[in-house]
Amino acid sequence: MSIQEFVDTATDGTPAPEGEIPVLEFRAVDTFYGAVHILKNVDLRIQPGEMVCLLGGNASGKTTTLKTILGMVEPAAGEVRIDGEVANGWTTADRVARGVSMVPENRRLFKRMNVLENLRIGAYLRNDDEIDADLDHIFEMFPRVKERLNQKAGTLSGGEQQMVAVGRALMARPKVLLMDEPSMGLAPVLVQQNFEIIAQIHEAGTAVFVVEQNANMALSIADRGYVLQTGQIVLADDADKLLANPQMREAYLGEMPD
Amino acid sequence: MTATDPPRTQAPSLFTRARRRLTWVDSFLWVIRVGAVLLIAWGLIGSIQRFTAGLGPTGSQWRDLLVAAIAFGAMYGLIAIGYSMVYGVLGFINFAHGEVFMSGAFIGYFAATALSNGGLWQSNPIIAMLLTLLVSMATSTFMAVLVERVAYRRLRSSPRLIPLITSIGVSFFLQYSFLGLFGATVRTYPTLPPFMTGNIDILGVPVQRSQLLVIVVAAVAMSGLWQFVTRTKTGRAMRAVAEDKEIAALMGINVDRTIVTTFAVGGAMAGIAGMLYGQLYGVSFFMGFLPGIKAFTAAVLGGIGVIPGAMAGGVLLGLFEGVGPLLILGGLGIASPSQLRDAVAFSALVLVLIFRPSGLFGEAVGAEDRA
Ligand SMILES: Nc1ncnc2c1ncn2[C@@H]1O[C@H](COP(=O)(O)OP(=O)(O)OP(=O)(O)O)[C@@H](O)[C@H]1O
Ligand SMILES: [Mg+2]
Repeated sequence: MSIQEFVDTATDGTPAPEGEIPVLEFRAVDTFYGAVHILKNVDLRIQPGEMVCLLGGNASGKTTTLKTILGMVEPAAGEVRIDGEVANGWTTADRVARGVSMVPENRRLFKRMNVLENLRIGAYLRNDDEIDADLDHIFEMFPRVKERLNQKAGTLSGGEQQMVAVGRALMARPKVLLMDEPSMGLAPVLVQQNFEIIAQIHEAGTAVFVVEQNANMALSIADRGYVLQTGQIVLADDADKLLANPQMREAYLGEMPD
Repeated sequence: MTATDPPRTQAPSLFTRARRRLTWVDSFLWVIRVGAVLLIAWGLIGSIQRFTAGLGPTGSQWRDLLVAAIAFGAMYGLIAIGYSMVYGVLGFINFAHGEVFMSGAFIGYFAATALSNGGLWQSNPIIAMLLTLLVSMATSTFMAVLVERVAYRRLRSSPRLIPLITSIGVSFFLQYSFLGLFGATVRTYPTLPPFMTGNIDILGVPVQRSQLLVIVVAAVAMSGLWQFVTRTKTGRAMRAVAEDKEIAALMGINVDRTIVTTFAVGGAMAGIAGMLYGQLYGVSFFMGFLPGIKAFTAAVLGGIGVIPGAMAGGVLLGLFEGVGPLLILGGLGIASPSQLRDAVAFSALVLVLIFRPSGLFGEAVGAEDRA
């Protein structure tokens, strides 16, 4: 089967939404940086509470996809929908307010602020009185973080930074959490822990859209997956089917022991 | 003191680095460092000898000098905050900030004069001065925000040199607008009410009330600013935007609005300094130039972009230029050292930067942070 056939069957074969409005949706999205065409006719759908992963090689456009979701770049064509509403033209803040938040590539904490300030700024748009309760929840999830509230975030270890970055994103109480290569730069033990945390967030009912190079690990906890290749979705299927897909195994799961 | 730290602390070790490449530039810098320390020590010893021999300024003269220096430094600190915060957020030096300070002092003068003519300045001086302070703050705030909107916003994505040069243009524009509108005369605020002139005893030390006023108002303003920046949501947003605009936006922060707030807060602080300065030394279209440059120096001295650095840098610069000439140059036997006040202020900057290139409170900003 050619890649093109794959694209056709894959995008057509995505399970249809069962009446529920997707929290996130791309309809034929094209994104450019200047004259360079990055995302080409991308369709995506993430249902409430679903865990979806986005796989793809370097420079395939994964980060660009997340930036397009958040309005950090505007698509030249197509629709970005959040909670069923067309979000094109909305500011990033509008989108965050609608329940999208992100753990960015390389975590990008505010290094000169302490841990508590980093967490609190995650709740910047919130005015409710449950912020402190949510902080306690984060501390339960990451006891290490609680011990370091007054430490400057720039002095944390990589693993600790990851915890704070996840905590910061959760403080916005997202409906859908975007994660850009959360296991990058982490030791194998921490990668494992990190995926357990992601699974935990998912089980608590938050939709998760995770970009990963570690395809095996990501697919093992995801419901569905998309594969991006030079800006095009070339595969879209249930996670277990992707894991079993011979072409997929050859291209992305080469390191998987049989 | 950490003055002997090598300039780049992230180097593996001073010795391995020194062995690897002790260039002639390094050696030259070390010669200057050692020379500076020796010269200062020599001057200090000279001053102490003169003092014990009963020559030079008396103890009470030194004390007055010190208080005046702190008061001056406090004003530099207030102005320096604006330079530092704008640099922190946009990465360029807003050279029009001295004129933001001047405009507040100037319009504050008109308010004070009006209040004096109306009689309030005499009958209820505290209320009148507070009103004047508010007018001065409001003017500088408005001016800072206006300059951002008109001159800098469109240059947000151009190279940092472009807004910097623009700011020099804005500075001239404002200076000559005030010259054209109000002439070149130096105007003085109405005289302070009697209870604010003369000396007051603080723990048995007589201090000039007008200078004490400056120090107290500056201290209140700075601690207020610090509370604002560390405790409020808007303050935290300002620091977030200064550190990483993209991620700040990702937190839901309105970056444009926060930049305006930063200019406004810096302007308000300059307005406070303007009223304090104007009330002591009078106002003129050119009054922003030297305090502006000095405050910029103070901001660099303290570590540009760091708010406590600006405050401390201001006070320190005030001390350097207020006490330094007599203390060090006088000790070296130089005649009328006070004439060299400005030279000392800028030498202090050079010296501090030779010992600590990132300023006293500044962290060495890595390339990744600025990207
Ligand atoms: N701001 C930008 N301006 C111009 N080109 C960009 C910009 N950001 C990314 N690109 C280019 O777009 C392409 C896709 O980048 P993107 O960051 O989305 O890749 P990625 O899939 O996240 O890769 P990686 O796995 O390395 O993170 C790359 O070729 C990159 O060089
Ligand atoms: Mg990426």
